[in-house]
Amino acid sequence: MSTQTPLIHALPSEDTVTRTVLKNGITVLVRENFTSPSVVVDGVLRGGGLWEPEHKAGLANFHSELLMRGTTGHTFGELFEEIESIGASLDVGSGGHTYSFDLKSLAEDLPLMLSLLGEVLREPTFPEEHIEKVRGQIMTGLQMRAFSTRQMAALKFQELAYPDHPYRLSLSGYPETIATITRDDLVAFQRKFGPQGAIIVVAGAVKASDAIRMIESVFLDWENPDQEPQPGAPPATQLREAKREFVPIPGKSQADIALGFPGPARSAPDFQAARMANSILGVFGLMGRLGDNVREDQGLAYYSYSQLTGGMGPGPWKVSAGVDPANVDRAVDSILAEIRRIVDQPVLEEELADNKSFFKGQLVLGLETNEGMAGSIQNMELYNLGLDYLQRYGEMIDALTVADLQEATRHYLTPDAYAVAIAGPETAA
Amino acid sequence: MTTTNGVVKATLDNGLTVLIKETHNAPVATFWMWYRVGSRNEIPGQTGISHWVEHMQFKGTPQYPAAVLDKLISREGGQWNAMTYIDWTAYYEIMPSAQIELGINLEADRMKNSIFEPEEVESERTVIISERSGSENSPSWLLYEEVVAAAYRVHPYHHMVIGDKADLLSMTRDDLYQHYQRYYVPNNAIAVLAGDVQADEALELIKRKFGDIPAGPPVPQVNRPEPPQYGERRVVVNREGKTSHVQVAYQGYEITHPDFFALAVLDSILAGASSFNFMSTSYTSNKTSRLYRALVETELAASADGGLVATINPYLYMISATVRDGHTPQEVEAAIHAETQRAAASDITKEEFEKARKQAKALFAYDSESVSSHGFWLGFAETLVGDYAWFDGFLDRLMAVSLEDVHRAAADVFNPNRRIVGWYVPTGNGTGEDGGQE
Repeated sequence: MSTQTPLIHALPSEDTVTRTVLKNGITVLVRENFTSPSVVVDGVLRGGGLWEPEHKAGLANFHSELLMRGTTGHTFGELFEEIESIGASLDVGSGGHTYSFDLKSLAEDLPLMLSLLGEVLREPTFPEEHIEKVRGQIMTGLQMRAFSTRQMAALKFQELAYPDHPYRLSLSGYPETIATITRDDLVAFQRKFGPQGAIIVVAGAVKASDAIRMIESVFLDWENPDQEPQPGAPPATQLREAKREFVPIPGKSQADIALGFPGPARSAPDFQAARMANSILGVFGLMGRLGDNVREDQGLAYYSYSQLTGGMGPGPWKVSAGVDPANVDRAVDSILAEIRRIVDQPVLEEELADNKSFFKGQLVLGLETNEGMAGSIQNMELYNLGLDYLQRYGEMIDALTVADLQEATRHYLTPDAYAVAIAGPETAA
Repeated sequence: MTTTNGVVKATLDNGLTVLIKETHNAPVATFWMWYRVGSRNEIPGQTGISHWVEHMQFKGTPQYPAAVLDKLISREGGQWNAMTYIDWTAYYEIMPSAQIELGINLEADRMKNSIFEPEEVESERTVIISERSGSENSPSWLLYEEVVAAAYRVHPYHHMVIGDKADLLSMTRDDLYQHYQRYYVPNNAIAVLAGDVQADEALELIKRKFGDIPAGPPVPQVNRPEPPQYGERRVVVNREGKTSHVQVAYQGYEITHPDFFALAVLDSILAGASSFNFMSTSYTSNKTSRLYRALVETELAASADGGLVATINPYLYMISATVRDGHTPQEVEAAIHAETQRAAASDITKEEFEKARKQAKALFAYDSESVSSHGFWLGFAETLVGDYAWFDGFLDRLMAVSLEDVHRAAADVFNPNRRIVGWYVPTGNGTGEDGGQE
């Protein structure tokens, strides 16, 4: 089938992305795209849940929810009236190491949206009444979490896989910790943030020079001499033994399993090898080898897949599956068998070739929309990959060998020393 | 073959409708195959059959055996999936445009050649039961199933797409295969191709691949309209959990009803702007909507949503809320009724109305960005309304709605005698908000 749009035009690069660093340390990247009248802005602030003391677990998440509850320029109602009345969206979320924000609007509304973004990040007022409303909502969420097999399996997995590591704690917090958060906590947390290291990416129907000018007018005077450096995470200790825990949740039809290990950070030299091995294990096709074994061959589950988080620290490499409570042991055994297989036996050349083709081919699908474009550019900047990363990506993927993958699996996957959490009805124990 | 607004439409001799839209923003293309069959076409004893047939479509043909099929699309960097809904089933591939022919080949092949091997049927039986169990883990899903069942005594909308467990346990391979043969025929299907392709060339390719598939007999029509509801219905689900949920559903409108768009505008005002596009990744918050203000800001509920779906026969307009600790389902229900009755009493303001219109315009603009949105909208319109061009007029129809229209729709739909109220109330270890059941 003949096509008309060459691939090379679709990939963001040094030629198609304008990058500039403001003198207060904010990096701004702009990709012009006039095919639709909308624009997306996404970005990152340095700082997050890893700044929390343990007894205030969930503080960052609480704080990020409060940012849009009132600013010096707008009450909560006024803020959302501005945003919703023009069919736009604006959201801020917290992670362990960084906060992320994103907005979407028609291009004509970008100046307004950027000024609201500036208020939200720089001038929140933390009204007491909203602190209690948000506390109540988070508490309801935690209550529902306690009855969710999927969430409880994931929560317990974290504790087992990262016993002496900050990643063992929930970024949403716990009822005991959320109850203690005060306005002073929020105000103090806000003071840690500043412009250094922030990234703002714009993709859409706006000229680069205009976007930069708009961003400068909102953010250039932002300074914080007390800004705290981005929190890091120590390396994770490799698990030494198998750990298994069961969380009983009555009345459920299905049990959820979360099984895995601490994995590589994005910056790890073997990250791409691990990522490709993960694709073979639990992604490619219909959930990779895990899907073939647990779903297709045995009919045990509707889903059984693996994922590698990467990130700023040693994010988990884990398998998730939802199974009939009577089949939990069988499913865990099958998952372990697949992990053992990928560690002990080199993957087939054919599997490697298939996955190389998959990785390279799907690149362009992610770049179709402004969201995809902005996300890709942000990723390149956040992890210092360079704006020519996607130009080099194909070569880098092609260079991976079967031996690289096996080394990566041996590095992180230890089939006799893993963490597994199961949540479901008592019959699943 | 005709071209309207950049969409090429053709009907093959075997009845297959073909729609092609060229866009060249990115080297990506998408191919969709829509079948006019969903849970609406199912009879008791065979609920869930359309969804199961959809699963079996991924289990192989002689040319593309099961083990091969899964890998084919991924190998080319593509994505694929399918959705079974109450009125339709849709399959799609999204590929780098140079590879889209693979999607066309696959859909042509599995329209007529799926094997439905008995072993694969059995294996999939447990997978689907597992899928159902996953849904049953969710209290709001359990409640929804009961509310919808109470709303429809006669019309086949009464059961969930996944089907009832009794039928999932008893249906046979032959049942499934017959359903496939009956509904998966070119005269019951719509092929949609959107993206970085060349329309003439693509049409020739589609004709070559699909042209010799014979038409089938006309598919059975669904003719069991739900009789009018003459009084409020109530359901309670009393099961494990800590959180209560409330769902209030009203008998609503089908997509061809003259006031469907008025109801859509009303939904925007009550519950926040939303899109009918199943592929949409755009999100807008609903914090200035009436329901949010009445239920969430007042701390009665932790969340509140409205739901309007576009359907062939009249479906439900549903408002749902998660009750907050310290409050009761009664209070939340009362607050919902207060909002619907206000709307029914024509107190929606011009400002709210204008806001809903502006939101709709923005969301619609966002929807033109990805090829999968085009693939969805064209097929959706042709399937539900019989005319893909309805999508082009979508925004116009929405903009043509007047404030009077919205008031009329509210007064008509929010009739207490035509509502179904559902409560999910936790048993035993609830926190004292369980309505006095234990």
